[in-house]
Amino acid sequence: METIIANIGTTGYIYPNEFELHWGLLIVIYPYLTGLVAGAFILASLERVFNVKELMPVYRLSLVTALAFLIVAPLPLLAHLGHPERSYEMFLTPHTASAMAMFGFVYAWYLMAVLLLELWLDYRRDIVRWSHEKTGLTRYFYRFATLGAADVSPQALAFDEKASRFITIIGVPSAFLLHGYVGFIFGSVKANPWWSSVLMPIVFLFSAIVSGIALMVLVYMITTMFRWKKIDMACLNKLASYLLYAMIVDFSLELLDFIQRLYESEESILILRDMIHNRLFISLIVSQIILGSVAPMVAIILGKLGRVPDEMKRMLFFIAAILVQVGIFSTRWNVVIGGQLFSKSLRGLTVYKLDLFGLEGLFMAVTLLLAPIVILYVLAKIFPPWMDRPEAEVAAMETK
Amino acid sequence: MKNDKPKIERREFLKNCSSKLPAFVLLASTLGARDLLAAETNGDYDPTRHDYAMGIDIHRCIGCGRCADACKKENKAPPQPHFFRTWVERYVIPVEGEAMVDSPNGGIDGFPKIDDDIDVLRSFFVPKLCNHCANPPCVQVCPVGATYTSRDGVVLVDDSYCVGCRYCIQACPYGARYLLPDTHVADKCTFCYHRITKGHLPACVEVCPTQARIFGEVGQRSSPLRRFVRFNDITVLKPALNTKPKVYYAGADGEVR
Repeated sequence: METIIANIGTTGYIYPNEFELHWGLLIVIYPYLTGLVAGAFILASLERVFNVKELMPVYRLSLVTALAFLIVAPLPLLAHLGHPERSYEMFLTPHTASAMAMFGFVYAWYLMAVLLLELWLDYRRDIVRWSHEKTGLTRYFYRFATLGAADVSPQALAFDEKASRFITIIGVPSAFLLHGYVGFIFGSVKANPWWSSVLMPIVFLFSAIVSGIALMVLVYMITTMFRWKKIDMACLNKLASYLLYAMIVDFSLELLDFIQRLYESEESILILRDMIHNRLFISLIVSQIILGSVAPMVAIILGKLGRVPDEMKRMLFFIAAILVQVGIFSTRWNVVIGGQLFSKSLRGLTVYKLDLFGLEGLFMAVTLLLAPIVILYVLAKIFPPWMDRPEAEVAAMETK
Repeated sequence: MKNDKPKIERREFLKNCSSKLPAFVLLASTLGARDLLAAETNGDYDPTRHDYAMGIDIHRCIGCGRCADACKKENKAPPQPHFFRTWVERYVIPVEGEAMVDSPNGGIDGFPKIDDDIDVLRSFFVPKLCNHCANPPCVQVCPVGATYTSRDGVVLVDDSYCVGCRYCIQACPYGARYLLPDTHVADKCTFCYHRITKGHLPACVEVCPTQARIFGEVGQRSSPLRRFVRFNDITVLKPALNTKPKVYYAGADGEVR
C-alpha cells in the first residue's frame, strides 16, 4: 500500500530516496529575500557612488528597505533546518569547503560592516538632532543610537560623508557577493544538471538587481501615496530606466543559458525538456518569461517611449514592478523546486507537495514574506527615510 | 528377509572418505573465512590500516532484495518505501524504445512480472548504495563537517552534529541519502561500520545468496575485493562527475546511472 502511495504523482523512475523533496518553499523565499536586499542596496549605491541625483528620494528608503529584508532573510533558512538549535555550529566550526557554511560570514559582514554602518553614518546627524528634540524615553533611545558620537561640526559631517562613500564602494561588491554567493550554492552542485551552471551566480545577481529596483518602485510609490505627497517623476522615470536596463541584461543572460543548454543537448536534456513541459510550464513559461519578463519590459518601454501622461506612466510602471516581483519569485521557484522535480537518475519526474501548516508550510512562508514589510514600517517610524526634494527643484528637473 | 543392497566394505568407505577429505577441509575453511576482512576483533582496531570498498557483480544478482531487507533490519532504517541505505533496481531493456527501471519498495518484496507485450532484449538487476566516494561531494558541501570520510575510507554522518540542512542530499548524485523523519538528520549507508570494525561483513554482503556483493579492501592482497577487481571489467557510476566511487560494478550496462 505504501509503495502505491509513494508512487503517486511521479512518472518514470526516481531513486527511492528522492520521494521527498528536501528544499521547499522556504528555500524559494530565501534567495528571493536576499535578492531584494542586494538589489535595493545596489540601487541606493547608484545615487551615492555614481551621483545619480534623481534617485535622491529613494536613497535612504532603499537602505532601510534593504535592512528590513536582510533581517528576515536568514529566517527561512533557520526554519528549514532539521536542527535550528545547532545552527551556531556554522559559525563556531564552519567547514570551509562548504559554500553554505560561508553564508553566516557573508551575511554578518554585509549586515554589520556595510548596511548598519552606512545607515548609521547617513543618519547620524539626524539622530543627534532627534536626541535633542524628542522627549521622554525616545530621547534616550536616540541618544543611545548616537553611540556617543554627538559631534555634528562641519568637519565631523564631512568625515561622515567621506566614510559613507567609502563604505558604499565596499558595499557594492559586498552586495554582489551576497547574492552571487547564493547563486553559487545552487550553481556549484554538479550532481544537478538544472543547477550546475557557471552562469548561475551572475543570473542570480542580475535578477536580484531587477527585483530590488522593482521593489523600490513599489515601496516608493506606495509610501508616497500614503504620505499624501506628489510622486517625483524624475525619480520614478530613472527607476524605470534602470529597471529596464537590468531586465534586458537579466533576460539576455537567462536566454543565453537556455539556448546553450538546448544547443549542447547533454544527457539531461530529455528529462529537463519533459520537466518544463509537464511540471514547470505555468511557473516558467507563463509566469517567469511571459508575465514576469516580457510583459513588464513592454510596459516600461510603453511608459518611456510612448507619449503618455504621467498618470498613465505611473500606472504602467506600478504594474510592471508588480509583474517583475511575480516573475522573480517564479524564477526562484523554478530554480529551487525545478531542480528537485526530476530524478538524478534522469529517468523520471516527481511532484512537490506543499504543506499548509508547520515550520515549512505555506503560512510560515506568507508570514516570512510579510515580516519585512512590518519591519520596514517600524523602521520608517523610528528613522524616517523621507528625502523629498523641494517642489521647485522637482518642477525644474521635470522640465529639463 | 535377506538384504539385497550391496554392502559397502569398511575399507572402501574409508578410502572414499579420504579421497573427499580435501574437499571437506576446503569447504570448512571457506566457511570459517567469511570474516577474513578484518583481523582485529579484540578491540584494538586500527582504522588507518584499512581502506574499505565494495564490489557488485551484476551477473550474479538475482534481484531477491534480501540485501535491502537485511540492511533495513540491521540499521533500523525507517520502514517506509522511501528510506533506503541500499536498494535494488531492475532494468528492462526492450528491443525498441527506452530502458525501463523500477525498484518497488527497494526490491524487498520482489519485482512485478514484466508486461507480456514488451519484447525484452535484456534485463538485469543493479544493487545500489552509497558509493563512499573518494572525492565525495556530500562531504564537500556539509556546512558544519557533520558528514566526513573516516580514516578507513568510509563516508559517515555524525548525527549529533548534523544541522539537517540537507545540502548533502542535494549534492549526492546517486540519491543515496535521506533525512531521518524522527531525528531530522541526514542518514545513509555506512558499510555497516559497526560490523566491519569488529571484523564482520556488512549485512547486505552477509545475506546475499549469490555473492553478488563482495566486500573488502583493494589495497590488501588477501582481500576478496582485490581478486574481484582484478578479474572483472570494472565500472563505477557517473564517472564523469569525478566523485571517484568506491563501489565497483562488474557487468554494469551503459544504461545504469
